[in-house]
Amino acid sequence: MASNIWVLAETWRGQVTETTLELLTLGREVAGQSGSQLEAVLLGDKSLAASLGAADNVLCAANVEPTPEAVAAALAQLVKERQPQAVLVPWTNLSMDAGALAAAQLNVPFVNGCKDLKSDAGTLVAQCVVYGGKLEAAVSATTASTLFGVLPGSRSAASPGNAPTVTDVAVTLPEAKVKFTKYLEPEAGGVDITQQDVLIAVGRGIQTQDNMELANDLAAALGGAVCGSRPVIDQGWLPLSCQVGKSGMQVKPKLYIMLGISGAPEHIEGIKGAQVVVAVNTDAAAPVFNASHYGINADLFEVVPALTEAVKAKKG
Amino acid sequence: MNILVLLKMVPDVVEELEVAGDGKSLDTSFLRTIINERDDHALEQAILLKERHGGKVTVVALDAPDIDDTLFATMAKGADRAVKITDAPEGMTTQMAAKLCGQVVAGLLPADLVLTGVQALDDLDGLSAALVAQQLNFPYIGVVTAVTAGGPTATVLKEFAGGVRGEFAVTLPAVLGVQAAEKPPRYVPVAKVRAVMKTNKIETVSAPGDAGAAQIEVRQLAKPVVSSHAEMLEGSPEEAAGKLVELLAQRGLL
Amino acid sequence: MPVIAEDMNEITLENLWNTPEGHRVLSCMQCGMCAGTCPYGEVMEYPPRRIIGMLKAGELDTVLRSQSLLTCVTCYACMNKCPRGIRLTEVLLPLVKEQTFIQLTDMPAELQKALENTDRYGNPLGESPRKRADWVKTSKVPVRILPTDRKPTDVLWFVECYTAYHPRGQDNCRATAKLFHALGVDFAILGHEEKCAGECARLTGETGLFDKLTDYTMKLLGKYKFNRLVTSGAHAYDTFVHEYRPRGFNHELDHTVSFFASRLDQLKPKLKKKLNYTVTYHDACALGRHNNMYDEPRKLLAAIPGVKLVEMEHNRENGICCGGGGGGMWLDTYYKAKGYERLSERRIKEAIATGANVLAVSCPYEVSRFEDALKTVGGNSNMIVRDVVELLAESLEE
Repeated sequence: MASNIWVLAETWRGQVTETTLELLTLGREVAGQSGSQLEAVLLGDKSLAASLGAADNVLCAANVEPTPEAVAAALAQLVKERQPQAVLVPWTNLSMDAGALAAAQLNVPFVNGCKDLKSDAGTLVAQCVVYGGKLEAAVSATTASTLFGVLPGSRSAASPGNAPTVTDVAVTLPEAKVKFTKYLEPEAGGVDITQQDVLIAVGRGIQTQDNMELANDLAAALGGAVCGSRPVIDQGWLPLSCQVGKSGMQVKPKLYIMLGISGAPEHIEGIKGAQVVVAVNTDAAAPVFNASHYGINADLFEVVPALTEAVKAKKG
Repeated sequence: MNILVLLKMVPDVVEELEVAGDGKSLDTSFLRTIINERDDHALEQAILLKERHGGKVTVVALDAPDIDDTLFATMAKGADRAVKITDAPEGMTTQMAAKLCGQVVAGLLPADLVLTGVQALDDLDGLSAALVAQQLNFPYIGVVTAVTAGGPTATVLKEFAGGVRGEFAVTLPAVLGVQAAEKPPRYVPVAKVRAVMKTNKIETVSAPGDAGAAQIEVRQLAKPVVSSHAEMLEGSPEEAAGKLVELLAQRGLL
Repeated sequence: MPVIAEDMNEITLENLWNTPEGHRVLSCMQCGMCAGTCPYGEVMEYPPRRIIGMLKAGELDTVLRSQSLLTCVTCYACMNKCPRGIRLTEVLLPLVKEQTFIQLTDMPAELQKALENTDRYGNPLGESPRKRADWVKTSKVPVRILPTDRKPTDVLWFVECYTAYHPRGQDNCRATAKLFHALGVDFAILGHEEKCAGECARLTGETGLFDKLTDYTMKLLGKYKFNRLVTSGAHAYDTFVHEYRPRGFNHELDHTVSFFASRLDQLKPKLKKKLNYTVTYHDACALGRHNNMYDEPRKLLAAIPGVKLVEMEHNRENGICCGGGGGGMWLDTYYKAKGYERLSERRIKEAIATGANVLAVSCPYEVSRFEDALKTVGGNSNMIVRDVVELLAESLEE
């Protein structure tokens, strides 16, 4: 029997993240292909193991602080002792530095930006997004116990299932040189875009701050809110709490309309929960059209006013 | 404070990227390289820190096409020294490159901080910042968006999801993987870069030792399969808008 | 004539008083005509008159810190009106602007991106240089690309950035190609080798970038044999006349408007399709006030059957700038944040007031600027914006 497939359980403010559950679904597939067991590695609060029932076993070290340094040291130690076949690590802001550091300590690759992972004749092959999503690489590693950084949205989330078996494991941590102090909440006052049914997302293509009015008008007509991709937030045209994507919010609206967004994977990541996705972009080859259900290849400055009017007319 | 900044050049995706005949690597015939965006932010953060606390900023980079222009620009922005690593093998992975760069960085110590981008467009087998931190045995944290120094620790903000950031106290010296500087990277007038080219020199060091072998194999490199292309709504803007509204109404979204 | 170029480059704010231009500035009698005619005179903390006063008093640093010159859209209105003939927009303001630019601590992001793009990709839009001639695939007439077919050409068509890349600019390109073809002109373009001619870099204060671009273009033009350079860019035309000539550029030179106007006898019989438009023409500052090209576009428009020409309240030398010059193209948000009225919006209101249904322009910036302005302040107006060459090409069709 091949050695186990591991998933690093990511916890965020007292909860196991959605991405962790997705990785458990993927991990289960991979474990099935190689005839091995699926284990989750939970570093921190043991009570969270209840959410990890999709795994055959949970390895839990309760004494680990949520810093990349501590998580990496604990993970590296466990990998050395137990030699899993591979470790799936969420490719998120929360975990990517810990994954990279653990791999560095183990002298194994941390395979970046995997959207898929399969066993091919006993070797794991990852499908990785590179060059800002312009290309994809099929990557295998020559080492045992390789770490794979898996993008959110690779699979749908595994349901918690029955309470899993939990194996307590001990790790010895080095003296902490990176200490967590506190959380800083985003500026308040804006709408909570994660709770909206309709979102109008604006990107670089909106060009200027006062063009934001076009998006506001459309949002008003549809009864939704306006959000944006990173460049728009960087410009200060929307508060940080309205940023959608990898470093922003994960949103799940019923309708998501993207205006002048190229469709970089960092943004698309944030909208995997959206039900109907529409893109308006002047570049017919923009990757955003690969991530949407309906596309309009035209100037947003022409389409949006027309769309606003058409919505108003339809709604009466 | 002394700050080392590790930069790398990555393919410029403004140009179409093409896959070479082997199906596994980039076609370099029309390839242009550009400074990795997050490394540019790391440089900006370093210069902001220098402006606040004084000290020196030293930039380190592997040789690449157009690297000299980039390094002169970093000096025009405020870096004090630029060190170029020459004679490195071609086609190194991130892991291999970090092995060489880490040794060069070690030779330039002492430093209070080593800053580099948290990730790069072309990383496949690891992240430079973490790899270099491991080599130097320095503490490391990534996805950094602000740094306040002063004293034996730095206060570092790491960005999480949803606009929430975490504050960490990091014992110096440390390696930080920068996601974004506190301000967007500054503009440097061309005349200033040209002046720096006349007065400043780029130092060079030969790549030290062995970069080792790649621990990954790229089996295939390809443009993403367009499996789920959007249904395109054609016609004038008004016509396309009309079609969309009908579709949304059918799905009960209005 | 490179000697002149050296002389020009040697005029700096430090040695200004020792130059003939400096003497002319000293003759300023502080009449304030410049500030009065400046489209942003009311909001500019230090309009030209006060800049001269501060310069004389040795207090220029205050002016530079005020960033007043970021509101100079280089429309040549002040220079045009100066009773002492001080070359404000050509000499003094660029010098002050250059210093303002160097000292700028927070560069407006939009402008920074445009300049970085121009330096890296040769166009402010940040488009791929290799795609600069992609529009040719959509041209109905053949367009020769010199780097792939190097034989000498009569007309070297310097397309310029917005024309080559912007969707509305590409309409201009297709129209121009069609007109050349109809006239049997032997023409070719520089394809991916062409880069921005640089005028806006210079007038933004980014003179180093301008020098880099002119060096590049001068060398590039030296590679090919041609008789005449014709450009679609009003700003490119202006800079070829005033900056490239002193650097040794000595070919015949035209803007597309002046080129077609000089061949009107040949063109007119081909303008057969009647266009029932009432047209008002907006004078591009770079063509009108700076190069006296007022009659040519009007002659062309008048030659189109069915076109009725009407004038705006401010026209010819009194025309109001669209606000796109001197970097204004990338400062719209900066102006808006400061609460300034957009000049393109001020201008479009005048255009609408004429009752015309077509606003004709001759600078590639203006199409998008005025089409945007129509969206914000156009109200119910059915006005459309067309380049002069687009109207000519439309009239070619049967």
